[in-house]
Amino acid sequence: MEPTRVLSGRKVLRVVWLPGSDRLQGNCHCGAVHIADDPVEVWTWLLAHPVGHEAPAADPPPPARPEPALATAGAGS
Amino acid sequence: MTGVTISLTFVVEECPVSTIPRNQWYVAAYGREIGHDLFSRTICGESVLFWRTESGDVTAVSDRCVHRRFPLSQAPSRLVDDQVVCGYHGFTYGADGRCVAVPGQTRIPRTARLTSYPVVEQDSFVWIWIGDPARADSTRIPRAPWLDSPDYTTVSGMEPLQARFGLLVDNLLDLSHETYLHGGYIGTPEVAGTPITTEVDEEAGIVYVSRHMDDAECPPFYSKSTGLSGRITRWQDIEYTPPCLYKLHSRIAPVGVLPNADGTDPDAFHVEVVYAITPETENSTHDFWAVARDFALDDESVSDFLRESNRTVVLQDVAALDVLEQVIATEPEGYQELSINIDTGGLAARRMLAAQLAQSADRTAVAGS
Repeated sequence: MEPTRVLSGRKVLRVVWLPGSDRLQGNCHCGAVHIADDPVEVWTWLLAHPVGHEAPAADPPPPARPEPALATAGAGS
Repeated sequence: MTGVTISLTFVVEECPVSTIPRNQWYVAAYGREIGHDLFSRTICGESVLFWRTESGDVTAVSDRCVHRRFPLSQAPSRLVDDQVVCGYHGFTYGADGRCVAVPGQTRIPRTARLTSYPVVEQDSFVWIWIGDPARADSTRIPRAPWLDSPDYTTVSGMEPLQARFGLLVDNLLDLSHETYLHGGYIGTPEVAGTPITTEVDEEAGIVYVSRHMDDAECPPFYSKSTGLSGRITRWQDIEYTPPCLYKLHSRIAPVGVLPNADGTDPDAFHVEVVYAITPETENSTHDFWAVARDFALDDESVSDFLRESNRTVVLQDVAALDVLEQVIATEPEGYQELSINIDTGGLAARRMLAAQLAQSADRTAVAGS
């Protein structure tokens, strides 16, 4: 089961190791997505914001996340 | 008479660039380590003298007498009430670092003052601010509330590491090494075999790495402490706030047992593994570790087992990283590392540390201009 989103800041960058593959999916806080073969490439892309981050029209930003408890024992720790 | 030519050659040694971010809070000690005795520890290359004053507060000042640099922690230097007397010439300092007496004269030089460090005692740790005291904001200290919570039982220790602190950050941000370096303790095949998800919050200064194993072998560390046998659900959620505090929220439960929708999780075992990664020098580190659990709170045998097991695991890391430090310290510059998916969190941590380092360098440059 993929871990749920945890951090709730305005500018969270997220990299998901796509299940069943060796690929990494970078998710920018702006909603743009980039799939890469290694972590150096995915971080380079994420940090180049906004270069290359034009989100496709059909791919809206993810919905706002619920406020998580960062470090409570019962919240998925 | 033959003329003599004297050649004056100035050898300018290049000052090595520091890798330690300044203007940051670091863990200097456990509160229990500091009593009404002189206690010295090097933090980020600075020799610091600690003691607990008669009011119970921890104080931290430079461990070098301003006169001839004699260590104030070195006998026959001694503490008299809340004043430290240098064992070399008798310079005497108060808990705030101010010199209150010098030998043979009544005038105390204006510059006779020890550097004083902001300190905060919190969550069983003594935190120290390394940098400009005017910038010390205690609300920025990351929390580890389990360590002195009555709802948890904690075992803890500290091991000296003869390696740069960045190597320990790399180590802890990528737990796939558990499978290989810590087999028989905390490592199982599923750790290295399970993908991770990494999140970075630049503004909050957090790197978060999740590895959720739905059906995993239970390593001895958890089977013997929880009593679980058979396959388990094992979640590892790393929360690192560079540069110092690292927390591993570890959740252990029988396969298929998940938290309730309301967030409660009564059928799982929770272990909070906390590390404080404090540079001693550019090439050595204080490796503080703590293991807090929310089960078997009064079972001393579980405490003994977790203390010994975790210390063994830490020493396995120490042995590996000590070797790695020697390799790195003696190799030619320019080695090109290879990073793969398991390094996603570690790379994020490195980048955040580099940003902190650049920021502290900028501040230093501004202050010195």
